[in-house]
Amino acid sequence: MNTFNINKKGYYGEFGGAYIPEMLYPNVEELRQNYLKIMADSSFQKEFNQLLKDYVGRPSPLYYAKRLSKKYNTKIYLKREDLNHTGAHKINNTIGQILMAKRLGKNRIIAETGAGQHGVATATVCALMGMECIVYMGEIDIARQAPNVARMKMLGATVIPALSGSKTLKDATNEAIRDWINNPVDTHYIIGSVVGPHPYPDMVARFQSVISEEIQWQLKEHEGKTKPDYVIACVGGGSNAAGAYYHFLDDENVKLIAVEAAGKGIDSGESAATSVLGKVGIIHGSKTLLMQTKDGQITEPYSISAGLDYPGVGPMHAHLYKSGRAEFMSITDDEAMKAGLELCQLEGIIPAIESAHALAIFEQKTFQPNDIIVLNLSGRGDKDLDTYINHFKL
Amino acid sequence: MNIINQTLQENKKLLSIYFTAGYPNLDDTVTIIQNLEKSDVDFIEIGLPFSDPLADGPTIQASSTQALQNGMTSEVLFKQLKDIRKTVSIPLLIMGYFNPIFQYGVEAFCKKCQKVGIDGLIIPDLPVDVFNENYKVTFEKYGLINVFLITPQTSVERINYIDSISNGFIYMVSSASVTGSQSGFGEVQTHYFKRIADMKLKNPQIVGFGISNNKTFTQATEYAKGAIIGSAFIKHLSTKGVDKIDSFVSSINQ
Repeated sequence: MNTFNINKKGYYGEFGGAYIPEMLYPNVEELRQNYLKIMADSSFQKEFNQLLKDYVGRPSPLYYAKRLSKKYNTKIYLKREDLNHTGAHKINNTIGQILMAKRLGKNRIIAETGAGQHGVATATVCALMGMECIVYMGEIDIARQAPNVARMKMLGATVIPALSGSKTLKDATNEAIRDWINNPVDTHYIIGSVVGPHPYPDMVARFQSVISEEIQWQLKEHEGKTKPDYVIACVGGGSNAAGAYYHFLDDENVKLIAVEAAGKGIDSGESAATSVLGKVGIIHGSKTLLMQTKDGQITEPYSISAGLDYPGVGPMHAHLYKSGRAEFMSITDDEAMKAGLELCQLEGIIPAIESAHALAIFEQKTFQPNDIIVLNLSGRGDKDLDTYINHFKL
Repeated sequence: MNIINQTLQENKKLLSIYFTAGYPNLDDTVTIIQNLEKSDVDFIEIGLPFSDPLADGPTIQASSTQALQNGMTSEVLFKQLKDIRKTVSIPLLIMGYFNPIFQYGVEAFCKKCQKVGIDGLIIPDLPVDVFNENYKVTFEKYGLINVFLITPQTSVERINYIDSISNGFIYMVSSASVTGSQSGFGEVQTHYFKRIADMKLKNPQIVGFGISNNKTFTQATEYAKGAIIGSAFIKHLSTKGVDKIDSFVSSINQ
C-alpha cells in the first residue's frame, strides 16, 4: 500500500534518516531500538493517557465556529489545542517524551526552544516528574521572549543562552545536540517538533497523533462521519500539523493543507516558507527541505511568529509536499495578524500567531458550502499580546 | 596506493593538524598548508566551514563563522587548492559536514577532490550505511579514502563493522565530547585507547578531540598510530597568525 507514513528504514519517501555524527549514534540508536516497544507497553499507554486527560485537559474540544463559517460560507471546525495546559499542542509531545525518558532510565532532560513554548512545555513536565531540566535558547530569543524565560525559571529549569551562529532556534538546537554529545548516558533530549534524526520525527508525530485520533470521534458526534474534507494546520517544524494529519495520511479523500509563514513576502528575503524557498539537504540530522545558500550553508528564516521561523520542515512534510499529498500555502505577517484579530472578533478566541497563519487561508482559498473543514488551532495568543499590541497599535 | 596508506606505514607516530579553510583570512589556505608541511606535520585536514557544525566546540565554530563571513565556499576552496600539489606532497584530507558537499553534488565534489589532489574525506554526519549504499563506489572511482569515526560509546560489533569497511585509518574520538572541550586525558581515556589497540583492527587509529599539547599528544599516541590537533591550532592561528606555525608544531613534536 502507498503510505505517507514512515517506512522501516526511517524515511518518508526520500526524506528522513539519521544523518548524525558517530558521537550521537549510541543515544539515537538506544531510542530507536526502544521507542516503539515502550510506547506499545500498556503501562506506558495508561500513564500517558491519564496525564493527557487529568493534567493536560484532553480531549481538547472540536468546536464548530459558526460565525467564522458563515463569513466564509463553509463549515469550519476548530480543534482547540489552545485550551491545553501551557497553551498549545506542545505539551502532548513533552508528556510523551518525559515518560519515555523515565523508562529509558534518564534523569537529566535537555531541550531547545525558539520562542520558549516548547521550553515551557518541557520545563513543565520536568517539574511534574522531578527531573533536572536544561533548556537551550538563542541569546536573541532570550532577549525578546522575557516572559517565557521567566516561566521556565519559575518551573525550575536552567536556561542556557546559545551564543553561536545566528543565536536563534537553529543554534539552540545545535547547542542541545552538543550537550547530548557531551552527556551520552544520563540525558534525554526532548526535541520539540517532528524534526531531527530518526526516530524523532516519527516519535513526536505519534505523540501528537492524539489530535487526529480525537478529531475522528468528535467529528462523528457532530457530523455523523469520522473524516473531514480538509485538515488545515500551520507548519514551522510541523508537529501540530503532523498530529492533525496523522490518522488521515493515507486516506486521500481527506485533503491536507499546510500553511507556512511567508514573513514579509516570499521574495522579500525575510520569509520562512521552506517548501517554496528550500531545497533538499541535511539539517539537525534529517534529510529534508531546508532554506540554504547555493553553497549549502543554512540560512536564517524570518516570520513574525517565532514558532514558524525554522529553516527546515520535518521530513514527513517534505514528503507530503514533494508527493503532492498536501497542498502548501504561504501567508504573510500582515495576513496572519489580520486573521488572528478576525477570530478574536468573530469567535471570542485569541489565537497564537502561528495558528493565525492557518486561519488566514480563508481569504485566499474558496471552499464549498458543505465542505467540512477542521483547522488545528494549535495555540493561544496570550504569549503574542505584545506582537498584537505593536501591530495594531492597541 | 593512496598516499594516506603510505604515510600510515611510516615507522613513527603521526601528527595531523586540522584547520578551518578561510580562517583567519580567506586566502591563508595555501600558506597554512605549506607551512604545516615545512614544520614536519604528517598529514593535514582542511576544514570546509559549515554554518551549523554540530560536532564542534566554540573554537572551531567561531573559526567557521569567520571563514564563511570571509567568503569561503567549496568552489573558492577548490580554486585555492588548484596548484597545491606543485608545492605540497603530504596527504591532504578535507573534513566537512555533509550538506555543503551534498549541495555541490557528491560526485562533482569527489571529482574536484581528485583533480586538485585531495586524498581522503572525513564527513562526521554522513552515516556509515548511507555512505556504503550510495557513495562508496563514487569515492573509490576518484581514489578517495573515506574516514569513519568511533567513540568510547561505540560498541565492539560496530567498531568491527567500521573497521571492515574502512581502507585508511579510523578516527578515534577521545571522549564523549565536541571538539576542543578536554583539558587532558585521564585513566578512562587511556583505558579506552588501550582497549581499542587490543582489538588489533586492520586499520590504524588516529586519535582526535582533546589533543592540544605535547603531553596529550604523547598520551594519545601511546597506543594509537597518531593524533589530530584542531582547536588548539586554531587558537594558535588566531593569536599568532600564519607565520609562526613551526613553533606550534615543534612544541607538540618536542
